[in-house]
Amino acid sequence: MTARLFRGLAWAATLGATAALFFLGDAYALRIGMTLAMFIALASGWNIIGGMAGYPSFATAGFFGLGAYAGALTQLRGVPMPLAWIVAAGVAAIVALAVGWIVLRLRGHYFAIASLAVMMVLRELATNWTMLTGGGMGLNLPVLQLGIIAQARLFFAAQAGLAIIAVIISALVASSGLGFALRCIRQNETAAGMLGLDARRAKSIAFAISAALAGAAGAIYASAISYIDPTDVFDLLNTVQPIIMAMLGGVGTVAGPVIGAALFVVLEQSIWTNFLSVHAALLGALVVALALFLPQGMLGQLHRRKVKP
Amino acid sequence: MIGQVLTNGLLLGGLYACVAAGFSLVWGVLNVINLLHGTLVVLGGYLAWMAWAFLGLHPLLALPFVALVVGLFGAGLQAGVLNRAVGAPVLVTLVVTFGLDLIVGNGLLLGFGADYRTIRPSLTLGTAQIAGIYVPLDRAAAASAALAMTGGLYLMLRRSWLVRAIVAVRMDRDAARLMGVMVSRAYIVTFALSAALAGAAGDLLGLVFPISPLQSGDYLAISFTVCVLGGLGSVVGAAAGGLLLGLVESIAGLLLGPQNASLASFVLLIALLAFRPDGLFGRKGYA
Repeated sequence: MTARLFRGLAWAATLGATAALFFLGDAYALRIGMTLAMFIALASGWNIIGGMAGYPSFATAGFFGLGAYAGALTQLRGVPMPLAWIVAAGVAAIVALAVGWIVLRLRGHYFAIASLAVMMVLRELATNWTMLTGGGMGLNLPVLQLGIIAQARLFFAAQAGLAIIAVIISALVASSGLGFALRCIRQNETAAGMLGLDARRAKSIAFAISAALAGAAGAIYASAISYIDPTDVFDLLNTVQPIIMAMLGGVGTVAGPVIGAALFVVLEQSIWTNFLSVHAALLGALVVALALFLPQGMLGQLHRRKVKP
Repeated sequence: MIGQVLTNGLLLGGLYACVAAGFSLVWGVLNVINLLHGTLVVLGGYLAWMAWAFLGLHPLLALPFVALVVGLFGAGLQAGVLNRAVGAPVLVTLVVTFGLDLIVGNGLLLGFGADYRTIRPSLTLGTAQIAGIYVPLDRAAAASAALAMTGGLYLMLRRSWLVRAIVAVRMDRDAARLMGVMVSRAYIVTFALSAALAGAAGDLLGLVFPISPLQSGDYLAISFTVCVLGGLGSVVGAAAGGLLLGLVESIAGLLLGPQNASLASFVLLIALLAFRPDGLFGRKGYA
């Protein structure tokens, strides 16, 4: 009961901090909040396929970029912005279903590589299909006629809304039959299949949900910075950072990606921005230490403590 | 025209074989996808550039030294960090090698900057014309040396008593341990050989292409594709896959335009993974 109360209080405090940031934050704080919310959405989305089902997907940046381009292109054809974000999520989910039909047959290393190749193919398409995407020159999005603070608030609210949706979806998935199926797949897919579980269907749905969240995050990101090009939105770091965040908090849990993303962004803002030239090396050292010494994440560590007094 | 395209493809493919052979060995024996591999190739390229810029050594002469240094570096990484990660879940090994890649890549960027470095040896072999096909002899020398290194790895895995242990570990780790093989030492030797081959490939690529830290991702992608083409963990497969990828890229470049050559190889990679994940040549090999 106390654990439940504590958990409720923690979520309430998070929502309170979000509201406070929305009303009180300056443009800089709102921008950091927007980045944090975006990574919570990406990490929670990845966690559904990568954590709950145990399929190490490296396609997150692919669907992020796909969503960015889908949102930008629909917006440029006069579709209102929020509708364009929904379209982008839909496009990413449909592409994920189609691609998943092929790559979700694979397991382990082979799936990881295939999902990475999916991202590379999408990036090459965005670079080479110049007629549609502007190629390496990138795309300019319509600029909003709003003040700086109003814009920062709008896009913070959008990404925060998406992050809340992402957390609610992962909680729903985790407590539903789908979440049960995904955990069975992670533990032993062959056995789950023998017991009559439709593993392919469960994996496809999880992959599509994860892609839709990444696609929506990409579309909001594109609207917020109002210029996109292939190297920016198809950045491998957009794939790897959400994975690290989920690992930092606790893979396969609902709260893990949120805690991990918050810790990561705080670390990044407080330490790494002061050491720009060795930024990547510090990130690398953190990642190696994390994977070797804390593979269950912070939450996993807490739970282990509880079991072993 | 076709003859020229095939020649270019084979010369490129010889280098690809050497890039991928070590990657394939580590994947097969350690069951680790080494995301650091492309950066080790670039490290070899920079060492070759230093040997040329400061000592005036031709990359073909510097080859054994570069391979040795990168190999020792790889042995250190395996002994210090990676031996702890072997046998961990896929996600953990991927993340550890990615973190190491960030560290080494950052070091290279600090040491050498993001500019392209070019090796221009004073001695060049020029170009030969055989039956109407232009053959750049420097490239031909680099490709032959790369294939020779790959062949050397194959012979070692077949003949050398020390390296036979690696094959034993790949076949059955527990049985090998019971027969008295020091498994963790076999892993160190494996990773060192793989790194040495990556360094050698970087050295030889430096003879043909400019060197930049930004290329490590491309070399990693090439290693993936070659492995999947030729079949995992087999040196012969890596050689065949490398040559095949070189041919596919140059033919795709001719038919679809050079900017779509890498797109074609990624699509090929996904299709092969989906329909023939053990490679075009089927059987899983051990050497």
